Amino acid sequence: MGLARTHAMALLGLTGALVEVEADISGQLPGMFLIGLPDAALSEATHRVRTAAANSGCPLTRNRLTINLSPAALPKHGSGFDLAIAVACLAADELISADSVAGVVHIGELALDGRLRPTPGILPAVVAASRLGHTTVMVPAGSADEASLVPDMRVIGVATLRDAAIWHGARLEPIPVDAIVPPADPAEHVEEPDLVDVLGNDDAVLALQIAAAGGHHVFMLGPPGSGKTMLAARLPGLLPDLDAAASLEVSSMRSLSGHALGRALITRPPLEAPHHTATAAAMVGGGSGQIRPGAAARASHGVLFLDEAPEFASSVLDALRQPLESGVIIIHRANATARFPARFQLVMAANPCPCGQYGSTDLDCTCPPSARRRYLARISGPLLDRIDIQLRVTRVTAAQLRLAADEPRRSSATARGRVIDARAAAADRLAGTPWSLNSEVPGPWLRGPQSRLGGSITATLDRALERGGITMRGYDRVLRVAWTIADLDGVQRPGADHVGQALYLRKGMTT
Amino acid sequence: MARKDELGRRGEACAAAFLTDAGYRVIARNWRCPQGEIDLVVEGGGEVVFVEVKTRSGTGFGHPFEAITVAKLARLRRLAAAWCEQADAWPGRIRIDAIAVIAEPGKTPVIEHLAGVF
Repeated sequence: MGLARTHAMALLGLTGALVEVEADISGQLPGMFLIGLPDAALSEATHRVRTAAANSGCPLTRNRLTINLSPAALPKHGSGFDLAIAVACLAADELISADSVAGVVHIGELALDGRLRPTPGILPAVVAASRLGHTTVMVPAGSADEASLVPDMRVIGVATLRDAAIWHGARLEPIPVDAIVPPADPAEHVEEPDLVDVLGNDDAVLALQIAAAGGHHVFMLGPPGSGKTMLAARLPGLLPDLDAAASLEVSSMRSLSGHALGRALITRPPLEAPHHTATAAAMVGGGSGQIRPGAAARASHGVLFLDEAPEFASSVLDALRQPLESGVIIIHRANATARFPARFQLVMAANPCPCGQYGSTDLDCTCPPSARRRYLARISGPLLDRIDIQLRVTRVTAAQLRLAADEPRRSSATARGRVIDARAAAADRLAGTPWSLNSEVPGPWLRGPQSRLGGSITATLDRALERGGITMRGYDRVLRVAWTIADLDGVQRPGADHVGQALYLRKGMTT
Repeated sequence: MARKDELGRRGEACAAAFLTDAGYRVIARNWRCPQGEIDLVVEGGGEVVFVEVKTRSGTGFGHPFEAITVAKLARLRRLAAAWCEQADAWPGRIRIDAIAVIAEPGKTPVIEHLAGVF
């Protein structure tokens, strides 16, 4: 009686682990036993595999099949193991070559007719297989394009289990079938909104470019209808294209969330805008069996926009403090720990009070002072402290509207050009340090001999610190933004103007 | 006699002949008690073997072995104990085997034997 083994991939977050699939045939009554901590969907693989094999013209043995997924203690989820289990069983029965099967990583879910279905998470799984030194991977034909995005990987796309068996040396005639293709994803063709649409609010438009150039987090405060949401939606359009590593990470995350990728990696930064009823699990990720990424992880290398920020549960907002600090989300569950990247840019928008009118010129606020104070106090100090740019957005007046009609406005494309130049200047200056964006540079370095600005330039800032208007941490944040403004203006070092502007963007909110 | 019973009888005869050829001695056939029936009780190599024979005229509805369920095997085990008690035989070792007979019309029956299935 036979024994054969092959490989499959188990995903935990974006980290993939190699799983060895062993199949053994023993002289017993017919049966199929799957061991090695499968979840419910994976336990049902035995039924799918047996039926699919029979309908592919290569039925499994009549004897007892024991299938072991090793390492046995690692929890395994989902239906992506079907193909590996099927080929291991066929190889154990000597219908296909055991040597051929042993050298290939198999990923894919089987349909009952023997065809292979596109499986979520193909990209991160193939990336992990490549990192672990495997060079050949067999995937469903519908996912072959996605798998081919990984460099230096030989991808074999097969439409059916029969094709897979033939590739591994089974003596069968190929039967052409229609491969199952992933459903077309309407999200692929979303146009990024353009900055040209924004009228007035020049401060906010400038702040948005500064945020994009330096990777600073932004908090916008303003009455309803002042364009906060409109501005936030335009931030991803100002960011430069993703670099190769970021692009792979963003695409992997999308694949893991069950969306099809098509033929190309994602090169534009993502925008995630969760609703304010989102739970902590929806925000950072979670789940009892399979740990899924949340909005913050999906926004990695892009923008996480929280509209009506004070309406979010405070525990949800505070769950963002760890990723804001470290750039990763680590989720612990009883049986596993998952790591997700979370290097996102946070944009929060809020009304100044529950009625929304406080501080606006046209209407009076009807909230008592206590309600107003309580409303903004829902955003905790430690969170607010991590946000470099805090600005007030006002409603556009009729006069501004008339003025704006004649003025030339900046388009997203030209603004992005400026942002790319500013980022290049910052990267140039920060060459030889572990940082590449101004928002990543720690305070002591900014105040150190390499980048000290001198008393005359920082005079206004020093005075604000003396008067207690800002804290030491706030001081560093203003310096950081000042450097970004200088980069945008194309000058070597920030002057007093730039520091003043940065201080305004930090303190402009307190009315 | 119904056709399926006739097929079963023929299959059991084939299985008995097969086991005799393989060097076993048949002790009982179709032994019955209120709990059920044992198809074959044979003896060989110091062991008493209780055999479940399953016969089919083709594999269109699955292999005969697929019809031998866990419940059926559990009953066979209880029956084995009942047989030992009534026969007052206390063999050192017992074993439960399964035999599949595929008797397609007009062809020689195909016999498969699995030893020690429980």
